[in-house]
Amino acid sequence: MTEVIHISVDAEGIATLLFDRSDSAMNTMDMKFMDEMGAAVERLATDDAIKGAIFTSGKPVFAAGADLKQMEATLDQADELPLAERLARNASLSKLLRRMETCGKPVACAINGTALGGGTEIALACHYRVVSDAKGIQLGLPEVQVGLLPGGGGTQRVPRLIGIQAAMAVVLEGQALSPEKALKMGLIHKIVPADQLLSEARRWLVEEGDAVQPWDKKGYKVPGGAGPSSPAVAQMLVVSNAMLQAKTFHNLPAPKAILSCLYEGPQLPMDKALAVESKYFTQLQLDPVSRNMIRTLFINKGKADKLMHRPEGVPKTSFRKIGVIGAGLMGAGIAYHCARLGIETVLIDRDQAAADKGKAYASKRLERDISKGRSTQDKADAILARIHPGTDYAALADVELVVEAVFEDRALKAEITRKLDAVLAPNAVIASNTSALPISELAEAGAHPENFIGMHFFSPVERMPLVEIVRGRKTSPATLARALDLAQAMKKTPIVVNDGPGFFTSRFIGAYINESLAMVTEGINPALIENAAKMAGIPIGPLTVSDEIGLDTAYHASQQRKKDEGAAFKPTPTFLLVEKLAGELGRHGRKNGKGFFDYAADGSKTLWPGLAELFPPLAEQPNVDEIKTRMLYAQLVDAAKAMAEGVLIDPADGDVGSILGVGFPAYLGGPFSMMDTIGLGAVVAECERLAACYGTHYAAPQLLRDMAAQGQTFYGANRVTPPAAAR
Amino acid sequence: MTDVYIYDHVRSPRGKGRADGALSEVTPVQLAAQMLQAVRERNQLDSSLIEDVLLGCVVPVGEQGGNIARVAALVAGFDHEVPGVQLNRYCGSGLEAVNFAAAKVGSGQIDMAIGGGVESMSRVPMGSDGGAMALDPQVAFKMHFTMQGVSADLLATLHGFSREQCDAYAVESQRRAAQAWTNGWFARSVVAVKDVLGLPLLSQDEAIRPGTTLESLAALKPAFLDMGTQYGFDGVALLKYPQLEAINHMHHAGNSSGIVDGAAAVLVGNAEAGVRAGLKPRARIRSVATVGSEPTLMLDAPSFAAQKALKKAGMNAADIGLWELNEAFSSVVLCLMERLDVPHERINVNGGAIAMGHPLGATGAMILGTLLDEMERRQVGTGLVTLCEAAGMGTATIIELV
Repeated sequence: MTEVIHISVDAEGIATLLFDRSDSAMNTMDMKFMDEMGAAVERLATDDAIKGAIFTSGKPVFAAGADLKQMEATLDQADELPLAERLARNASLSKLLRRMETCGKPVACAINGTALGGGTEIALACHYRVVSDAKGIQLGLPEVQVGLLPGGGGTQRVPRLIGIQAAMAVVLEGQALSPEKALKMGLIHKIVPADQLLSEARRWLVEEGDAVQPWDKKGYKVPGGAGPSSPAVAQMLVVSNAMLQAKTFHNLPAPKAILSCLYEGPQLPMDKALAVESKYFTQLQLDPVSRNMIRTLFINKGKADKLMHRPEGVPKTSFRKIGVIGAGLMGAGIAYHCARLGIETVLIDRDQAAADKGKAYASKRLERDISKGRSTQDKADAILARIHPGTDYAALADVELVVEAVFEDRALKAEITRKLDAVLAPNAVIASNTSALPISELAEAGAHPENFIGMHFFSPVERMPLVEIVRGRKTSPATLARALDLAQAMKKTPIVVNDGPGFFTSRFIGAYINESLAMVTEGINPALIENAAKMAGIPIGPLTVSDEIGLDTAYHASQQRKKDEGAAFKPTPTFLLVEKLAGELGRHGRKNGKGFFDYAADGSKTLWPGLAELFPPLAEQPNVDEIKTRMLYAQLVDAAKAMAEGVLIDPADGDVGSILGVGFPAYLGGPFSMMDTIGLGAVVAECERLAACYGTHYAAPQLLRDMAAQGQTFYGANRVTPPAAAR
Repeated sequence: MTDVYIYDHVRSPRGKGRADGALSEVTPVQLAAQMLQAVRERNQLDSSLIEDVLLGCVVPVGEQGGNIARVAALVAGFDHEVPGVQLNRYCGSGLEAVNFAAAKVGSGQIDMAIGGGVESMSRVPMGSDGGAMALDPQVAFKMHFTMQGVSADLLATLHGFSREQCDAYAVESQRRAAQAWTNGWFARSVVAVKDVLGLPLLSQDEAIRPGTTLESLAALKPAFLDMGTQYGFDGVALLKYPQLEAINHMHHAGNSSGIVDGAAAVLVGNAEAGVRAGLKPRARIRSVATVGSEPTLMLDAPSFAAQKALKKAGMNAADIGLWELNEAFSSVVLCLMERLDVPHERINVNGGAIAMGHPLGATGAMILGTLLDEMERRQVGTGLVTLCEAAGMGTATIIELV
């Protein structure tokens, strides 16, 4: 009895290979799949009664790719597989698919559902590809996004079908493709109504049934040419090599390997080309980048999306209507995003004009979508009708959750909490969108601190994928569950952290910006600082981001801190820098055209030359690698402290939050994955060196020292139990 | 080491490297062969005395492929015992060919040889030989390969040169070249190129623009701005030079070397070979050097090559009476002048490739002759010729009058 691939052969000798796991709801591709698929292909090749085959799926999702649990287990294993054996294992799917396409029998692939990754690779190895017109089907090879390449022949079949240049968008960028787009590109042959899918596959087998792939036919040439002797391809490669370097700063091995597969493979016969692809795949698999990207962006993000921290036993809340207080940029963004997802939103501000302005944000976005053909007036009207701007708190009587998104002012927030207490249902949740104020303290303003929680969204809300959920001291499990349910309803990835100054994400990015600005005061070339950040893989340089946030904002916050701390306050170099620029010189950042940069009318910017006078450049500038190290280690130490102090419950929250929320380089997998990769002994040693050179803020917390001494890691068999999780 | 002498030098005029250029109807083999013939004829030389023909050629594919040196020697009617070899040191190939010839003579392996070079850029376009450096992702990444024009702008940015300085240098190159032609200072070396009927096709450098002014150059847009900023080449360069906020793009067709067709040949030999052939030596090769430098910046090796050659000769930069540095881009020359403290009055005194063009494989041999002619005219005893080369190399040769 088969459990994965079910074969039936009809009277005309047409076999159906039905991919339908009886042991799982999802069609994952694991060793069992390989075994049964291998047997099926062998039968296809050798059974004379079979004339051709249809490959199709019995699940709504055609193929789900690798199994998450199995993948995590593989990552955590100390894998000492000999290289040749690893290569052979990695090449097995590729070899099997090659066997299928050269077995002499025609195979038609009937794609009835989304087939990303492995599913698309199976389809490409079939001689005919027909796709159902069912809604929402996606095709594509997204492996690059987790640091890998499509190792089942994808980098070779796609360019052979559509040419190297067109293949780049598919394999190098990993774009998901609609069937219409795939048809237009030439990756599939036909789209038919769902109920005609199998009959069309059968028709092709009976009427056409060509068992030889284009690239196995005599005289085949890669469309548009291949290799250095084709001038068009040569020119394209020169430019794509440069553009990729400029974009990835040599940090991402996968796109480079894919480019090499596209350059080298099409010059070779198919079997050799597939072998080269398997070798580059193996190279990527052995690189910590793919390991870390898979762990954080696939496994841990997947767990967060499935609400791994949601307390058990709390019934699921489905949100029909929520409230948002404060119609500024964040509040308006939250309202707009919820309305798009079908959630009614009461948007409240001090006066009607302010509330209306918040709704206008949504109109503007929607108008742009309509003008670009991405939406229609009817759809836009329906979305706008779900946003109810007003000033009256009474409109909130029947909502289950209110997001408070007003100015960062403790008194104002306290006043709102009290006003909400008066109107809200007894167990309705108040979620503050503060990015730094202590949640436990804000919670005490009202009568129900157990219903109070932090939901820290990122701007622009409709685009940023993360929400940081902050548990106050008294936040109840039911409140946490409801906040998580809303995050899920809003299609955001939630991380859950405990309360603490700057929670996790704000303090974490603060550590990097603070260190970067300190370097400016030391006389390190500001251009070098900006470039070092970009070379480290941080999307926006620290001076640029400071100007964007506003130096005046930083100035007010630091003056407030000075006031709060009183006699205990000690000015840091960064405090003095911000005081000088924003307080004395009126350089507020992009908003007034002058900050670390001078901004021209055309939007271009150049570093303000006055910086060199304020902070005379060091005669001997540090190496760019040292600057990168200072930036990244400032964040590593801070993340470790956040865990030691009990803010982080799980390293996964830190890793996912750092990348999705505040631009930590994805290729590093987040601070905890990065520390595991370096090795904690080496991390602690480096912290000691940095602390001796630049100050005690680099001193490794005891947690790291203990872990290093005990040979512990953040992930894997010997993983540490975070202090907050132990409580 | 046996002393090595230069007995003669010839070069073709440089034709515009375009389909409608004066020399585009001449095949590269013919172009090279005519220079070899000129050396033989004007020295009444028995070609069997020539023991090797070494020709630089940077794009040795198509009709420039397959060892053009041997083929050109045979087409020139040289004795079939004369072998030939084509070599490629990028833009320094022509000078490197002479240096290799000198090395064979100096080591005593042979007595006499021709070094030179050829490039028909109109017929075999730049880059048509491919090359892993730019194409193969593994190599391009390893090398941080960027476009040469972007490297020229990078060099200018690192040295703080302005667009005005680069343009002013170019205007002076044009003025000097025009002056040299007017006064006949190239006459000794330039040999008219003939067509299939033997009629002269071109007798003077075709690309020269005598009326060039600062104002006319100011109108030109930086040629590498888009490639740098839109296509990633600036980004690659900044990976190596992160101290820069941006690369200032200032080079354009008017302050960069022109694309042209041309060939040149230099006859070298030991003293005995000269006596045997009845020739009087014009100069002695004092020292040679080729070095590599940082390949992304690519274009700053001439000063290092010059220093190495000077050291070998036991000399200082100040001992050099006249300099020739290939005008690949204005910034290349400005850089060497700044680093070695060479006054503008002593370098490229009759203009250079910005005015007259740069036929890649031939230029090194051409400007060696330009230097020699001018040393003789001015009676300056010592001269140094050098070129920058792709992938970050530079070649230099010091000669002295005898």
